[in-house]
Formats: sequence, C-alpha cells, structure tokens
Amino acid sequence: MSKIPLQFRHNGRDIAIFVDGGTNLLVALRELIGDMTPKFGCGQGGCGTCSVLIDGELHLSCLTLAETVAGRSVETLDGMRQGPNLHPLQRAFADHFAAQCGYCTPGMLMAAKALLDRNPSPSRDEVIEAISGNICRCTGYEPIINAILAAAGGRVSA
Amino acid sequence: MTRHRGRGMASINYPIGMNLGGDPSQALVHSNPSGKFTVALSSIDLGQGMKSVTRQICAETLGVPVEDVYVDTADSDTGPHCMGSFASRGTHRVGNAVMAAAREARGVMMEAAAEELEVNAADLETDGRGNIHVKGAPHRSISTKDVAIAAQFKQGKTISGRGIFLVPLSDVDPETGEMSPATCYAHACLVAEVEVDDETGEIAMVRMDSAYELGRALNPRLVEQQLVGGAWMGVSHALYETPEPYYPDPAHGPRDFVEYLMPGPGDICPHDIAVLERPAPDGPFGAKGPGEMCANPVLPAVANAIFNAVGVRIDDLPITPEKVLRAIKAQGGARPQARR
Repeated sequence: MSKIPLQFRHNGRDIAIFVDGGTNLLVALRELIGDMTPKFGCGQGGCGTCSVLIDGELHLSCLTLAETVAGRSVETLDGMRQGPNLHPLQRAFADHFAAQCGYCTPGMLMAAKALLDRNPSPSRDEVIEAISGNICRCTGYEPIINAILAAAGGRVSA
Repeated sequence: MTRHRGRGMASINYPIGMNLGGDPSQALVHSNPSGKFTVALSSIDLGQGMKSVTRQICAETLGVPVEDVYVDTADSDTGPHCMGSFASRGTHRVGNAVMAAAREARGVMMEAAAEELEVNAADLETDGRGNIHVKGAPHRSISTKDVAIAAQFKQGKTISGRGIFLVPLSDVDPETGEMSPATCYAHACLVAEVEVDDETGEIAMVRMDSAYELGRALNPRLVEQQLVGGAWMGVSHALYETPEPYYPDPAHGPRDFVEYLMPGPGDICPHDIAVLERPAPDGPFGAKGPGEMCANPVLPAVANAIFNAVGVRIDDLPITPEKVLRAIKAQGGARPQARR
C-alpha cells in the first residue's frame, strides 16, 4: 500500500509524516508521532479516552481518518500544560481527586477544555453534557464534574 | 404514566481480606545514602491509593517526613510477595507488612544514630522532620541523612527492615461449622431513593445517604474518593451492568461500551456520606479498608427502593426496565408501598 504524505499542526508544532491509507488519527498520534496522551480504550467511539481537539472542536481520534486532519490543528493533552505550569483544568483535577486509575483522564480533560474554550462559565448540566461521551470506571463522575466547575470558576489553587 | 418514588435501605458487615489458604503480604524497607527511604512491594495500586497510604504508614512508623519515602511497587520481580489488591485487603494487610518492615528499619536507624551521637538508642526520638535527637535535648541531634551516610560509609550497616503480615488459614470446625475467616469487619448502611416510571420501567436514582464504618481513615480524601466512586459502581451493578443483557446465549452479549451499559455523568445522584472511625485493634494505625464494601450496600438498597416504589421484588441483577415492566404487568399494575 502506498504511503500518503500528511502535514498538520500538533500542539502548535508542524508535523510531516507518511501514513498508510485508512490509518486512524489515534494510531498516527501514538505510533508515528509518539504522543501517548490520547489513550486507546475501545477503538470504536464508545469510551472517549482518545478525545482530541481538531481546530478547537472535540473529536474521537480513534474514529478520525488521519488524512482528514491535513492542514488542520490537532490538540492533545500533551500540549495542555503551559510551560512548567499545569493548565488550570489539570490542577483542578488533581485538587479534586478527579482521577483514580487515570485511564479516562486525558479524554475527560480534552472534553472539559473543549467546553471551557467556548463556554468559560458553564452550568453543572452543561458540564455533564460535555463529558457525557466519556466513560469513567472509578470516580463516579462527581469529582470530575466538581473539578471542571472549579476550573471554570477560577477556584483553583495555582 | 406515573413516576413513583421509593426508598430502600441496606446494611452490611464486610470482612477485610480473604481466607483461602492464609492471607499474607510482605514489604521491604531500606534507606538510601541520601537519607530517603524506599518501600519495596509487589502490591498493585489500581488507582485506589495504596501507594499514598503505604507511604504515609512507612513515614509515620519511621518518624520521617512523608516526602522522604518512595514506594516502589507493582513488579513481582523486584518486590516481595503480595497476595494481591482485592478483598479490600490492601490497606490492612500490606499496611501492616509495611509497618513491620519500617519498625525494623527504624530500629537499625536509631542504633546507627546512637553510635554517632554516642548515646543509648533508647534515649533517642525522631522529630518527624528528618532529625533524630536525644529526648529532652533537641540540640543533641543528627539528621536522618547523616545517619544514613554514617551507616553506609562508616558503620557498614544496612538501615533496612523486613515485614510480613499473615492472617493464617482458619479451619472450619467439623462439628459446628464455626470459623474465623477475617480478623476485622467494616460496616455500612445506605439509604437509596429512586423514581420508577411504571410505563417505561425506567429507574432514576434520586439520592443516596450513607454511613461507612471503616476503622481509621488514614487518608480521608482517598477514603471519600473510594466511597463516592464505589457507590457509583454499586448503582452500575444494580441497574446497568451485565455481560448478557437479556438473553442467556453469550453470543447475544455486549461487545463494547456502547452495549455494555454503565451510568454516565447524567445518571448520578447526590450522595451524602458520613464516615465513622472505629479503629481496628489489628489494623495499621487502626485502619480496616473501604475497598469493595463501598459498592455492596447500594445493590440491596436500590432493590428495596424499587419494591417500595412500585411493589415489585426483583432478585435478578441488573434490575433493567424490562424486568421492572414485566413484574409490574404480572402483578396487574404498580403497587406503591408505605413510605417509611
């Protein structure tokens, strides 16, 4: 199978790789670029842990063909921290014990970022809706919802 | 169509650990020349916080700051044997093993410090901030780092300790059937309130109120996290999760997270939790373990709440809308029970 050249922005950096036709974005990120922050959960759009932002919009990278991001901007959890400092959402997740095993956390953080980027002060129901495509096995969601609301309200210890 | 509210309660008595051939776990503690300590375990932290709790237990027993302890775990090549992270046994069994190992290491550390300070080890105490000094004379002091260096390079001592905690197998008395399968028990009581739709059979969680008695809570935030998350898992077992949703043939079972249902963030309800601390005599600093029992009372409480709401007694999990609807139909309609 012939390789397809692919260029896109990955967390603000220009990337040029060759992908096989039909490669999904999750595989391209993890295996070709080495960004392990999007996780492989179910591989069919049921769990949300592979969530990334494409041009600021939330997408499931396991269901996205890599070639469709040509010329676009892809954001993953790897690009979330601001230099040495955690993003307020990451800090809020730590403060609120919003992670246990941690497997859903990258997807939860990306879903939360997608929400706060377009709606900086969401209601509780809006937070719930925003993370409804993400499954968490450990926390019971409550700490995650509280963490996102705290980050939105600026109630995060820096 | 009517939505019926119902309330149900359940109490549980939960044994910590298991009784299948004895229940041991081991721990090794040693100091590094930096004066920091490493705990070697093979116990797994699945996210419940065993690394944090064993770290606290080790630091408290040694009398050093918690920052000076590193827990290296989850590899059975490099850590001593552990039966595993199950049966709510981690804090109790592994914690006790860590405590024993840290106690032995502390003994050597105090001997090494005594040699440096030219005093009797029995006259020394730790300040919990990384120093060892003569009781009543804090100026006669040495840092744990200097003790570790002296032990390593001058005295030729290893500041280390071994620990095992074993709950031996309890045999069954052939005459009476009596046995002691566990050394301590945690307890919980939970009240669940649900709303049942008698047209669709759908069940919505309205709220939960619970009290958990789990020995001393060594890390209250981790305990809270375990109880909140565990109760969700109880709801999930009660109402959603099954490998074979409606038909007995596994070929019809769920294949993915779209078909294997779990509650989403929109299905949760307010949950008010009270933690009661009654220290266990044989627990590390009195701890038992919140572990699995945080999920257990939810199942019977929800089943009882559904009975209270519409008068149907479902004893087959999960309690799906289909089962509720069939049972309501079989008894000729919803029969709300008295509210208590």
